Amino acid sequence: MNAPYLFKRLGYGLLLMLGVVVLNFFLIRLAPGDPAVVIAGEMGGATEEMLESIREEYGLNKPVLTQLGIYVGNIAQGDLGESYFFNQPVSKLIGERIYPTVLLVLSALIMAIVLGVFLGVLAARKPNGPMSAFVAVFSTIGYAVPVFWTGIMLIILFASVWPIFPVEGMLSVKLRDAGIIVRSLDILHHLALPAFTLAIIYLAQYARLSRASMLEVLGSDYVRTARAKGASERTVLFKHALRNAALPILTVAGLQFGSLISGALLVETVFNWPGMGTLAFDAILRRDYPTIMGVLFIASGIVVVANLLTDLSYRLADPRLRGKS
Amino acid sequence: MADPSNAEGQKMAQEPQQEFQAESPLLEAWRMYRRNIPALFGTVMLTLIIAATLYGTLFYTGDAFDIVWAPHEAPGMTPEFPLGTDYLGRDLIAGLLTGGGPTLAVGAAAAALTMVIGITLGALAGFYGGWVDNLLMRITEFFQVLPALLFAMVLVTLFSPSLTTIAIAIGVVSWPQTARLTRAEFLKIKQLEYVTAARAIGAKNKRIIWKVILPNALPPLIVSATLTVGVAILFEAGLSFLGLGDPNVMSWGLMIGANREYILDAWWPVTFPGLAIFFTVFSVSLIGDGLNDAFNPKLRER
Repeated sequence: MNAPYLFKRLGYGLLLMLGVVVLNFFLIRLAPGDPAVVIAGEMGGATEEMLESIREEYGLNKPVLTQLGIYVGNIAQGDLGESYFFNQPVSKLIGERIYPTVLLVLSALIMAIVLGVFLGVLAARKPNGPMSAFVAVFSTIGYAVPVFWTGIMLIILFASVWPIFPVEGMLSVKLRDAGIIVRSLDILHHLALPAFTLAIIYLAQYARLSRASMLEVLGSDYVRTARAKGASERTVLFKHALRNAALPILTVAGLQFGSLISGALLVETVFNWPGMGTLAFDAILRRDYPTIMGVLFIASGIVVVANLLTDLSYRLADPRLRGKS
Repeated sequence: MADPSNAEGQKMAQEPQQEFQAESPLLEAWRMYRRNIPALFGTVMLTLIIAATLYGTLFYTGDAFDIVWAPHEAPGMTPEFPLGTDYLGRDLIAGLLTGGGPTLAVGAAAAALTMVIGITLGALAGFYGGWVDNLLMRITEFFQVLPALLFAMVLVTLFSPSLTTIAIAIGVVSWPQTARLTRAEFLKIKQLEYVTAARAIGAKNKRIIWKVILPNALPPLIVSATLTVGVAILFEAGLSFLGLGDPNVMSWGLMIGANREYILDAWWPVTFPGLAIFFTVFSVSLIGDGLNDAFNPKLRER
């Protein structure tokens, strides 16, 4: 891994984040009405003093470019503004909610990739076998089911018919003071349904993608060579073929992070998972724009970081890419 | 499967000179498509769904917002309301029939907008290359970084939650993939001989882009447009489910969202609209797969 490349990528990521900040700034001003009122939230309770202090803080009486400068400067210092509904700094609100969202998204992604690739590899062994048919049907169904509806169906199933998983929240109230291990297990227990709900769509896609990718790789010379030298079927599939088929899977995983976050938003509201999605939803209902914009900024930041990591990781996976920029 | 191909064979035998003529790619694609049973099934299913949402209310009268019966009447208990009623006592069949129209209309409009933005930007980037390509691709990447649903939520909240705003919001967040696909096709096609030939006889850039390259890039774009319709429908449903749709327009997503508090008392008010969304997107995606197979017969094995 060469350093100049890394710096270039980091700089580009920062540029994208700056873009999001500028977008946020103009969105607030494009909204109909006085920006100070928009920022205070349309709860009708904003006093004239409060509006005055907002105008002061955001420099709303100054020229637009100065306002933009102030806004960017504040965010660069980690100040995402004040939520007038929650009466807390937005950075603090979001800080509490990042970890549940990242936990949910990563668990779903890992579940989807591991199960999806496994199904795809099994299917690729027999391109016309029953497993292939299953993957084809399953991926079409997985694409067509609304994720929030899957969640609701699972809640009905697990709340009334087969109550083995909790269907709401992240931690049982009675375990709030328990030890770290008990609490972690309880969180995992609560995580099962939301993560699975979110994973289903992507699981289907990864199964289909890895089947296609494996079929291509399995026809290549080095797989024939591996078979000829007497490697076991498992070694051929998982060591020789999968490593080469992994690149497109990795690319898609990186590209999909944005849509995964969008899905997490819906899943969180369905399962009352205390992440950024439920925060965004509450903020939108109250028209609490500083919080909404903060969530948009941080969520985009997560996507930028994910893209950066993907990019770096396929340089690790594919030695041919190393040293290129 | 065997029957149509036999008929094909007989037709060929009757007109042997046809065999050597190059066939229009569209005609060939249609020939593939009509033998694809899942795709035909999807086409019929989608046609039925569209017909039901367009004309269903002619036969089945009743306003979806009217409270007509006791709340949470189970399906099959009352002959007048075969699918039961929701938490307020509103007829579910009326909701399903009137709620499909907005969902489908927003889905189609949003997909159209997605294609217009995506194809225009992708075509310009792929054709001109250089700084145009660089700039447009940076913009595309920027929009791919924004979590689409969240951004659409912000747009709908900032402006009014009308069907038009929702369609525009979905279009604005969904175009990057189309742009990338169009760009890739343009990069590939612009090097082919017939483009050079068109240039040699003096065709202007505008003509080469829209009249020479675009028609040849259409097959993958048509497939992608179909899939975009499905995604847009899911998007609309998600926004309405969150209560960000137009509250005065019944839609499948809204039905699920309105009844979600009571799912443990009554499963039917959320289950049926969800199935309606599922079958709509499912049929759209079967059509998309069918078109894909028809345009790329070689890829069919995958």
